[in-house]
Amino acid sequence: MATASGGSEFVDKFPDEAAIVKASFLIAFVSLGIGAFFGLIQALHRTDVLRVIDSADYYTVLTGHGVLLAIVFTIFFLCGVFHWAIARSLDRPAESALFSWAWVGLMTTGTVLATVAILGGFVPNLGMSADVLFTFYAPLQAHPIFYIGLAMFIVGTWLSGADWFLSYRAWRQDHPDERIPLQTFMVLTTMIMWYISTLGVAVSVVFFLIPWSLGLIESVNPLLTRTLFWYFGHPIVYFWLMPAYLLWYTVLPKLAGGRLFSDPLARVVFLLFLLLSTPVGIHHQYLDPGIAEGFKFIAMTNTMFLLLPSLLTAFTVVASVEHGARQRGGKGYLRWLGALPWRDPAFTGMALAGAMFAAGGFSGMINAGMNINYLIHNTLWVPGHFHLTVGTAVALTMMAGSYWLVPQVTGTKLYSRPIGLLQVIMWFVGMVFMSNAMHRAGLAGIPRRTAEPQYQNFEFLTPIGSIFELRVQIALGGTLLFLSVVLFLFNILLTSLGEESDRPVDSYLPEPLSGPEGSPRILDNLAMWTGIAAVLVVLAYTLPLAGIIQNGGGLFGGGLPVPATVSAGFDLVMTTVTSAFNTLWGVVA
Amino acid sequence: MEIHAYEKLWLALALVLIVGFIGTITYGAAGAGIDMIDDKGGTVDPATLDQHPKFGDPGIEQNGENSYDVYVVARQFVFEPGTTEPLRVPAGSTVTFHVTAADVIHGFEVVGTNANTMAIPGQVAEFTVQFEEPGEYGMLCNEYCGSGHHVMEGKIVVMEQEEFDSWYEQQQAQGEAEN
Ligand code: HEM
Ligand SMILES: [Cu+2]
Ligand SMILES: [Cu+2]
Repeated sequence: MATASGGSEFVDKFPDEAAIVKASFLIAFVSLGIGAFFGLIQALHRTDVLRVIDSADYYTVLTGHGVLLAIVFTIFFLCGVFHWAIARSLDRPAESALFSWAWVGLMTTGTVLATVAILGGFVPNLGMSADVLFTFYAPLQAHPIFYIGLAMFIVGTWLSGADWFLSYRAWRQDHPDERIPLQTFMVLTTMIMWYISTLGVAVSVVFFLIPWSLGLIESVNPLLTRTLFWYFGHPIVYFWLMPAYLLWYTVLPKLAGGRLFSDPLARVVFLLFLLLSTPVGIHHQYLDPGIAEGFKFIAMTNTMFLLLPSLLTAFTVVASVEHGARQRGGKGYLRWLGALPWRDPAFTGMALAGAMFAAGGFSGMINAGMNINYLIHNTLWVPGHFHLTVGTAVALTMMAGSYWLVPQVTGTKLYSRPIGLLQVIMWFVGMVFMSNAMHRAGLAGIPRRTAEPQYQNFEFLTPIGSIFELRVQIALGGTLLFLSVVLFLFNILLTSLGEESDRPVDSYLPEPLSGPEGSPRILDNLAMWTGIAAVLVVLAYTLPLAGIIQNGGGLFGGGLPVPATVSAGFDLVMTTVTSAFNTLWGVVA
Repeated sequence: MEIHAYEKLWLALALVLIVGFIGTITYGAAGAGIDMIDDKGGTVDPATLDQHPKFGDPGIEQNGENSYDVYVVARQFVFEPGTTEPLRVPAGSTVTFHVTAADVIHGFEVVGTNANTMAIPGQVAEFTVQFEEPGEYGMLCNEYCGSGHHVMEGKIVVMEQEEFDSWYEQQQAQGEAEN
């Protein structure tokens, strides 16, 4: 890993990059604030503790929550971290600041359009709404600007990736024989995965949903657009997770007082994610008719192998943290835990996030089990699960990481460490309440995405505790989580308004214990790994998609033939994709 | 590449765990015969569902001794049958469900059981359930389907065989009279 040379801070060395990172974080945090407020409304409404909105508007709120948190907050934060990591680890500025602003601008415009469409749902007379939730399954239909905004956002992320690949190419020219710096390696593999997986949603949005919402085509094939969504919907999980992993691998060990255990193993983990993230999306469709059992089985097997990189990560991260504790004088089998810097909110937040991720991993194994899935599919168990993963492992790592990253791009010291510490602990406690109760409510059969899960014909039963107690826990947990976000935003705001400091934070990152030197160079052959990943995707998806199109009434449902304009469109996509792919290949190889 | 001894051990354990999971699930699917929803239910044209021989007038139909087919249509925001009228089935019988959706994607869940499927326009979900004892079950839509999603529910009544038979005959007679 290249290191920022001593004394000079990121913001002084790379002012243009710091500005991009700041802008990305700003949008991420505004989205976090609005999204968390919506989360609070949901937690109180569902449980019938407090209902300030009409139940029909619940779904407008929920769409906002899903889109602003799971798409806008996470991905803008990712862009900030990745932009920082590329400049830092390659030790060079981006090739063109204008180009960087172009993708920030495009993503922001897309976000604004989609958000306007969603919020339009509160104003009935406006005739504009997008109450389709963040999965936007057709034939539920949103206003065209929702889909157009999404498309702009995705294209923006593609450009951001191009920005980082261009930096890498320029660096490569100056350093023909060096190993790819670890953080850059992480960014590039993540982006290759993203290019492969966003193809699905891009095709769905551009060729089906936009023309359909504009009235250019009559109908869509609901199973096809749904399958294309999940082709992208699972890998997006890893897109959320990879910036957190980047921080766990490269920053957390340092915060703990030590250094990363093994650089090569970190590379292997990111490559496994690149290979396995996409050919698993069908595991979200275990209960869908129209997809043969064999394909579900293949998705299940791949999913189980996806546990491997996360299990390896658990080992490496814990080992690195333990190493840090021993450097700080920690002793004994477990007593070393006491030697860790628990007063540092950046460390404590990430450590708590990691611990919750382990719990989330267990509940995820249940989801992945093809047949156990019947019990919990579409119940509150599922949000219970992903508030541990994306909602904590990712979101809390991002918030904790901000306590260390934001000072590097603003040049100001963190406003308050104790408030930061309180904030991360509050998140943890709030999530323990909300998530355990959601899991148990799911086992009782209570559905997710439902404004009033209180029915006329039956009562839900829970083996332990009572439904009332579960509701109270969800409402209480949701309130703590919301307050935690308020503290976070307050702390960051005051940090950014603070006085410039010469040394806002100790930003030095030490080299790993085992460096990349001993590892096979083939690990860095990104073109080859891209090829293998593409082949796996083709294997996992060609037959299911062909089946869905043939049996499910063609590309557009309702048995309509494919119009000539559309098949011409398809040819265009195929050539664009192939040439984009070749260019990418050229850059990488 | 240097791999530490503990790392190797961990890697081996991780692989054993994964293969173990796959094994259990494969056993569940192949050995214990837990069926997955798949493509065996076939497809229908959602636009002409009303004229469909089965889904045009959905409900229960005997197809053998102690064996029945049930056709269910999910639409915003009712199950037909199930919502305005309960879905009646006899105790101790084998019931094969055929579920589809008329407008948008819905879910079909029999509360407290693992009878749970997606209802997708154009696709038919087929699965078989045994109802042993007389009693009542709730059913609900567990996939967001629009602003009234939370009111979409229904009821299944499992009846004694004789009671069911007389109800069923009456239904048949009514059907004849209407045609
Ligand atoms: C203040 C903190 C939060 C609270 C109180 C909260 C609360 C909730 C609740 C109660 C639901 C379930 C709604 C339902 O199914 O009816 C939900 C769904 C969801 N939450 Fe959160 N949440 C919070 C933070 C987050 C964060 C940080 C993320 C991700 C980064 C997130 C992502 C999601 C997603 C993706 C859904 C599912 C939306 C859907 O079903 O369409 N939440 N949240
Ligand atoms: Cu998934
Ligand atoms: Cu519904």
